[in-house]
Amino acid sequence: MQLMYHAFLIKYAEIAIKGKNRYLFEDALVREIRRSLARTGEGFKVEKEQGRIYVYCPEEYDYEETRSALEKVFGIVEFCPVMIYEDQGTERMAEDVLSYMEKTHPGYSGSFKVHTRRAKKSYPVTSMEVNAFLGERILEAFPASHVDVHDPELVLRLEIRERIYVYSLSYKGPGGMPVGTSGKAMVLLSGGIDSPVAGYMIAKRGVTIDAVYFHAPPYTSERAKQKVVDLARIVAQYSGRIRLHVVNFTDIQLYIYEQCPHDELTIIMRRYMMRIAEHFAEECRCLGLVTGESIGQVASQTMQSLAATDEVCTMPVYRPVIGMDKQEIVELARKIGTFDTSILPYEDCCTIFVAKHPVTKPSVKVIRKSETKLEEKIDALMEEAIRTTEVIEVG
Amino acid sequence: MEAYFDNSATTRVCAEAAEIVLRTMTEEYGNPSAMHSKGVEAEQYVRKAAEILAGILKVQPKEILFTSGGTESDNLALIGGALANQRAGRHIITTAVEHPAVTGPAAFLEEQGFEVTYLPVDRQGVVRLDALRDALREDTILVSVMMVNNETGSRMPVEEIAETVHRKNPKILFHVDAIQAFGKYRIFPSRMGIDLLSVSSHKFHGPKGAGFLYIRNGVKIRPLILGGGQQNGMRSGTDNVPGIAGMAAAAQKVCGNLEENAARLLQLKKRMAEGLLLIPGVRINGMALEEGAPHILSVTVEGVRSEVLLHTLEEKNIYVSAGSACSSHKRRPSAVLTAMGLSKADIESTVRISFSEENTIEEVDYALQVLREVVPVLRRFARR
Repeated sequence: MQLMYHAFLIKYAEIAIKGKNRYLFEDALVREIRRSLARTGEGFKVEKEQGRIYVYCPEEYDYEETRSALEKVFGIVEFCPVMIYEDQGTERMAEDVLSYMEKTHPGYSGSFKVHTRRAKKSYPVTSMEVNAFLGERILEAFPASHVDVHDPELVLRLEIRERIYVYSLSYKGPGGMPVGTSGKAMVLLSGGIDSPVAGYMIAKRGVTIDAVYFHAPPYTSERAKQKVVDLARIVAQYSGRIRLHVVNFTDIQLYIYEQCPHDELTIIMRRYMMRIAEHFAEECRCLGLVTGESIGQVASQTMQSLAATDEVCTMPVYRPVIGMDKQEIVELARKIGTFDTSILPYEDCCTIFVAKHPVTKPSVKVIRKSETKLEEKIDALMEEAIRTTEVIEVG
Repeated sequence: MEAYFDNSATTRVCAEAAEIVLRTMTEEYGNPSAMHSKGVEAEQYVRKAAEILAGILKVQPKEILFTSGGTESDNLALIGGALANQRAGRHIITTAVEHPAVTGPAAFLEEQGFEVTYLPVDRQGVVRLDALRDALREDTILVSVMMVNNETGSRMPVEEIAETVHRKNPKILFHVDAIQAFGKYRIFPSRMGIDLLSVSSHKFHGPKGAGFLYIRNGVKIRPLILGGGQQNGMRSGTDNVPGIAGMAAAAQKVCGNLEENAARLLQLKKRMAEGLLLIPGVRINGMALEEGAPHILSVTVEGVRSEVLLHTLEEKNIYVSAGSACSSHKRRPSAVLTAMGLSKADIESTVRISFSEENTIEEVDYALQVLREVVPVLRRFARR
């Protein structure tokens, strides 16, 4: 039988945060934990106590779902399910600890130590005494186990406060910084494997994200758009609410197609995507753009091409997966749960008008010159695309 | 105007079927296996449905086995037929243009050690009898051929095939996938030499999730769904009374006016085809208009990718299919069109237009008008 743990102790990296920022960090972490747990159910209490964060669970809750919610909160390095017992004397404490051991580590036969911390300094017995007393009782109840104070396989931790907190298990959190501590960025989501991963990685550093998707009906289908909404929803489980801007890019794309050399289509198209993305980024008070590009993956992702796309932006462009191999990105996509959606076979706007042999080393000068051929209509088309953009709130 | 031209994917449920589905769901909702009167009441619907369907095929009601639809019927015919008769041999013949509901089970049987021959088709998508003759062997136990191809409407000569097969060996089971043919042609299995026949309800204005397999009396089939022993142990599971009753009601309606309906469908198809052929670079695949099924048109629009055309038409409330609905989940070129010898470029530019009795001349003209407008525009932006 799974124990109904009463609470979770949340551990976060304290080294990175000092002085005043610590409060900002902790407050943001509490807020993010609340947000993530709100999807799991009601009645969770998240509290900051004496340099720790505790999540107190309601009487009825789903353990696995709660774990999965905490695993998605950036800033959490580790979390431990905790049993809480009333303080009714040391004899009763020993009984409670033994019952905890039986349920959590039935038939335990490895090495262990007991580690007690007295938050309530008025407690009549010292930590050392509690450790020794409980260690002995555990040895009696679990004859195959033995004590090892230097390198135990199991550390049974007690926190003596108004009540007694007991824990020994711990799960890894995603690390990073709580979302909302580092400003905001606009992610260009394509529907592929890389861009959701890029969004995840930037959010992991505490950045709040919004997103923009370019669709090109009838060249891309409703299902392709739904796919991107679904991807944004998965990323939002980590990053919190995302405002997804769906831009109808068809007319711009066709205009470029008619006016410009075909081997430059992709690069010019991407420059206009960046311009539109930057417009919405400014509107949403973002401090940067985020793309899922990785050097050399395709023609538009050579260093020359990246330079040519960056040239149109005044904001910094962040590319969190720039140095990752495809396989590494795929592994991360699987881990965060976007992969299966990303590989659904709907064409996205980047692939429909790809030339057979696109330029891989575009010269900014040449590209600029090609773009002059768009002067007649492009401003009006851009305005129209921005005006008709649909905003979908996900998460 | 809305023009739904994807009737080979599915059709709108007719009022008669919807009415009986609602009634058997909300009023006479008993379990036909129950002993009390509520059960008997529900059982009457199932019995009546078997009588209606048997009447249409001119067969015995006990030869109708209700299933969840075309895919299950095909699975049962192939796998159940092969497993029950494997002592006589382990060779199966089918064609290169079958629906995945047949090729899937065929591949499964190959894994189980059966040998499967896939007959080629000609440019019209029709299986060649001499190829069949060459393929038949002493250990052949099952031949499965569709009556009407779901992507092209090409019609297979099932009577000649039956004769060829049974002349070789009367014991060989001949299965016909009639999922696109039922309601469009009069099909009389016993007269035509068909041992097994698959039918799906939602292709002729019945509800989804219902179908049947005709199993000629005396043919041995190994059941695949085991349990409570319903339908004489041939397919366990509580009878889908609403689906069964709805299917029978729809079949009764569509077969009541079959010749009239078929003539009307052909008229719609011809009008569409003639209009389409006036657009440069448009071709019709498969058999001559009069020879193929009256409701399916396979159209290649050179220089326009089928998906793009589909979504363009969708914006004008015109619904067609790129390839067949069942194969559009996967992005690989249609096996049917490949087998017929179409080039990859042509396959990527092929849509299916499929009609029902509910379509009108006005809808056809509207679609033609839209196509005349959009095809030249889309061609300007073809991938180079």
